Parts: sequence; structure tokens; C-alpha cells
Amino acid sequence: MSARAAQQPVLWPAFAATGAIACFAYLFLRVEAQWEVAALAVGAVLALLAFGRTRLGAAVGAAWSVRPVPLAWGALLAASVVVALFAEDHFALLLIATVLLYGLACLGLTIQFGYAGVVNFSGAAFFGVGGYTAAVLATHTALPHPLVLAAGGVLAGAIGSLLVLPLLRTRGHYAALITIAFAILFKTFLEVNDALGGPQGLKVPGMRMLGWSFNDNIPLGEQTELSFYLSYAVFSLLLLAGALLLMRRLERSWLGLSLDAVRIDETAAAVFGFEVARWKILAFTLGNVLAGVAGAAYAMMTGFVAPASFTFAESLIMVSIVILGGLGNPVGVLAAAALVLVLPEKLQVIQEYRFLLFSGFVILVLLFRPEGLLPRTLRQYLPGWGRA
Amino acid sequence: MSETATLLRCEGLSVRFGGLTALNRLDLRLRDGEILGLIGPNGSGKTTFFNALTGLYRAAGGRTWFAGAEITGLRPQAIYDAGIARTFQRSRLCLPLSVFDNLMIGNHRRLSLGLWFNLCRRSRFAQELQRHVERARALLAAFHPRLPERMFEPAGALGMIDRRRVEVCRALISEPRLLLLDEPSAGMTHDETRELMDDILAARERLPGLSIILIEHEMGVIERVSERCVVLNFGEKICEGPFAAVVADPQVQEAYLGSSS
Repeated sequence: MSARAAQQPVLWPAFAATGAIACFAYLFLRVEAQWEVAALAVGAVLALLAFGRTRLGAAVGAAWSVRPVPLAWGALLAASVVVALFAEDHFALLLIATVLLYGLACLGLTIQFGYAGVVNFSGAAFFGVGGYTAAVLATHTALPHPLVLAAGGVLAGAIGSLLVLPLLRTRGHYAALITIAFAILFKTFLEVNDALGGPQGLKVPGMRMLGWSFNDNIPLGEQTELSFYLSYAVFSLLLLAGALLLMRRLERSWLGLSLDAVRIDETAAAVFGFEVARWKILAFTLGNVLAGVAGAAYAMMTGFVAPASFTFAESLIMVSIVILGGLGNPVGVLAAAALVLVLPEKLQVIQEYRFLLFSGFVILVLLFRPEGLLPRTLRQYLPGWGRA
Repeated sequence: MSETATLLRCEGLSVRFGGLTALNRLDLRLRDGEILGLIGPNGSGKTTFFNALTGLYRAAGGRTWFAGAEITGLRPQAIYDAGIARTFQRSRLCLPLSVFDNLMIGNHRRLSLGLWFNLCRRSRFAQELQRHVERARALLAAFHPRLPERMFEPAGALGMIDRRRVEVCRALISEPRLLLLDEPSAGMTHDETRELMDDILAARERLPGLSIILIEHEMGVIERVSERCVVLNFGEKICEGPFAAVVADPQVQEAYLGSSS
């Protein structure tokens, strides 16, 4: 009896959870009073911490495991509704699109760090490679913009494949140091390079696709005009949905298994025939491609790239998002991206102290919940896997 | 011992760490289908031999042949492909992964690892997956009737003896010709050790032709399981032969108990 019930779980708790998250996102972006923002943020952290331990959490997990397709469409719909509710609000849409694009880059870091165990403290640098690629290509060539985005990803991946050579010869702290060095090197290179605008950076043309200019407001009737950020927010949402699908399939295959094997025990993996270098290169390149695409889209949205946006500190923020959310759990990473990026914008009191607060929070999480706010669960190769 | 029946042959195998000679000119032959006990005091070079054989350590000298082909200096991945699988003295299961995932790590040779296949051919992937689930279930069931029901639990949730069983299954699922067992009794009680040995011997009944080299400190296990013993001391082979002859050897007694003079 109970086995049968587990095979056909009810879907409503999962839909309800999606709705609750959407309502929360709406409120979080809407409220102005500082104490309300703070209360919502604390509530969100507590809810995330408690989620996995409640029966609701188990029910939601079971529903997503067995019937992912309708739930995924539901989540996409809920996200679209939230975006639509802010259709005239430049600031809110900019925040949403920023979270989505940074989230995309952090998913890339998750493939590297969470799956294959390859540390990368230069995520912002690869984000920046994408941004600068977009700036140069969109300004000086007539390349269609979807290809500009792709080029941002390819170049980030290509530069990453140079960095991966020393990474393969080192482990642990030493590998981390190499990526830190690269992050600092990248910013310094940009600052002294006049062709790329030096410290002032470059302007980036807005995105155009299929005759649609992303940088024009969208007139709607006589009175209202929808914010041009709406186009970027929707586009970022689609990019992110694609990346989530890719990650899901990656994790639920022999590829995900191979990356895990290499992360957990390189020696044992080699003894059972795994080509450790191949898997590290795959994860590192794929992650950097995602970061590069995200960076290119972000640069075209903000209209401007400068070295100050791609510092080591930004890379640290990305790493802290990946750790806070739950190493290897895309959903947790997105939740953490939303909290970490939106909170300082909404809660101006903490603006100046945000690094202090984040580092304190990261230390707390590492001490008391090292697996992150939403820990990764066991691999499920297929819907309903392992519940027979 | 005729040349054709030899599965593994080492000639003058040496491993050095700086000035320390961990393994000194070891000559060793293993017949096809034989169970060889490898014994010796702590630090005598037993695990070093396994690590050199599986390509984790680079040999300083000597040559090795396996199943008629030379495997000297090959990488661990190539040794695995040649048909040698092993367990580790300190369990190296991937504890956060499920038992099934751990078995699939051992099954690496048979997994289709193409990007396109894994990401875009999900229905064919599901078919392949199903075949491997059945193989894994059959192997676990043959090893212990209680294990298949724990196949989708994290390996870290299992007790010590079940972890050892899974580790042996992980080595066996690729159907190697030679299994290297590095002290399977470590950290277990006498009863558990006996149970595990029963399981391994039973598994060998079903895998005819499987050869085993067993490192073990429990002499009872060696006596029961091995057909022949090799004794190492300070990286050198000091004695070789049936268990009874080996333990009676004065050199072996001296290595274990110290010189009487």
C-alpha cells in the first residue's frame, strides 16, 4: 500500500510550494520598509533550513521526483507571473534579471565545484570574459547577438581550458590559489589594457534578436509603457531554464556519476578506469561557458563593462552563493543567489557591511550546516528512481 | 607451473620512495584461477605491491606481465581495462553516493560515457540503466540476500561489513580476471570476517577463473582461503609455498616474532 502511494504522490504540495516561493519573491521585491525586508529575509532562511526536515519537504521532493514535467511548467509560469507583475518597474526587473544571470553563472560554478570538485575562485573573471567579448563583438562586428552570447561562452571556455592545465597538476588549496591568481590577473590586465577601455571600461550595445530591440520600452496602449528590462528578464529566465534542464540531465547520467566519483576520490576513480583529467576539463569548461554566456547577457543588459565589476570580491560572492545554497543543488544555489544579491539592494542599512555580514553568514553555515541551506539529495537517474 | 597457465608474472619489481626501498626485486607468479595469500609484518611492502601493480606507484625497476601482455608502467586506467580490480585497506567507497552509484563506478568499463548519449538520448540511456540495475541487483543478491534492498541508500548508511561487501562487489562487477583484496578483515570482528570470506568464496564459485591475491593479517583467513602464500619482509620475498610450510619456516617466524638470539 505505502509503496503504491509513494509511486503516485499528490502534486499539490509541490505546486503550493512553487506558489509560495513566487508570492515570497513578489513581496520581497515589493516591500520597502527596512524591518519588513529584514523579516522576510530571516523568514526565508529559516524556511529553507526547515524545508528538508518537514513532511511537506518530503512530499515536494517526491512530487518533483516522479512528475517533474508539469511541475517544471508550473514553476516557469509562476516565474513569468512574478516578472509580469513588475512589468513597469525598471528597478525590480533589473534585480530579477541580475539574479537570474548571476544564478546562471553560479550554476556553472556548481558544475565545477559541486559536481567535479574543481574549485574556481575566478567566476567573476569568466563572467567578465563573456561581458568584454560581448562589448567588443557587438560594437565592432555585425555578428547576430545570439552568436555574440555564444561567443562569450566559447571564449570563456577557451580561456578556461588554458587555466585548467595548471589546475590539473595541483589539488586543494594550491588549485584554489591558481584561480585566485587568475582572478586578480584578469582585473589587472583589463585595467592596463587601453584597447579594452582601461579602468573606464567599454560601452556595450543593447541586445537585438529577430528584429526585436531589447533596449526599447514596450508601449502598451496609450498610457502604459512596459520597462525594457522586461525583455531581458524574460530572456534570462529562458536561458536559466535551459541551463537547469542541462544540469538536471548532466547530473542524472553517467556523466554526473563520473564527476562525483572524481570529486570524492580521485585515486579510487583512477583505479576503476576513470580519466580524471577528462572529467575535470569537461566540468571546468562547461561551467565557464555558462558563466561566459551569463556575463555576455549581463553586459548587454547593463550597457557597460568595467574591471571594477569583475573583481576577486565578486568571485568570492559567487563562491559563497554556491556554498550557501547547497553544494551541487541548483535550486538551493538559485535561492541563495536571490538572497545574497537582492538583500543589499533592498536593505540599505547593510550596504556598507554586506561583505562582513556575508562572511559571517558563510562561516555560520559552514560550521552548523556544511552541506548548505538546501542540501543535495541522492542522484535519481529517472523519475521515481529508487522508490520501488 | 606451465607458462600458459600463468596469469600474472612479476620479475624484479622494485619500488623506491627516495632512499627507502619499499619493494626489492620481487619475483612473483600467479596461476590462472589461483588464490594467493600475501603476508608479512607491517611495512613489509604488501600494499606497496598492490599500488605498484595497479599503476598508482611507478615501479623503479622490473617488469610485469598480465594475461600474456606486458603491463609494466601502465596507468591505473589501463590496468583496470586489462582486468585487474582491487579493494583498499581503508575502505574507499564513495560514502555520499548510493550503493548503486558505487557499483557503477566499478562498472565503468561498461558505461556509455558519450556526451550526446547521456544528455540527449534519454530513452536509450534508460534502457542501458535498466540493464545495469539488474546486473547490480543480481550481484548484490548473490553476495548477500539483504543487500539489494539497500541498493538506493547512501553507502555511508551501511555498517562496516556491508560496506566491505559492497566494496568487493564494486571490484567484481567489472568481471576482472584478477581481484586484489587488501586486508578485507580490517576493522571487523572474527565472525564478520568469516562471513565475508564465505561470501567471497561463494562468489568465486560463480566466477570460474577468477584469481585472487589476498593481503591479510588474520592467519586463520589465510589458512582457510589461500592455496599458496608469499611472505614479504622489508620489501623482499622471504618465503613461498603452502600455508603450513610457510608458517613452519624459521625465517618467517623470525620476521614475525623477532630473532631469538
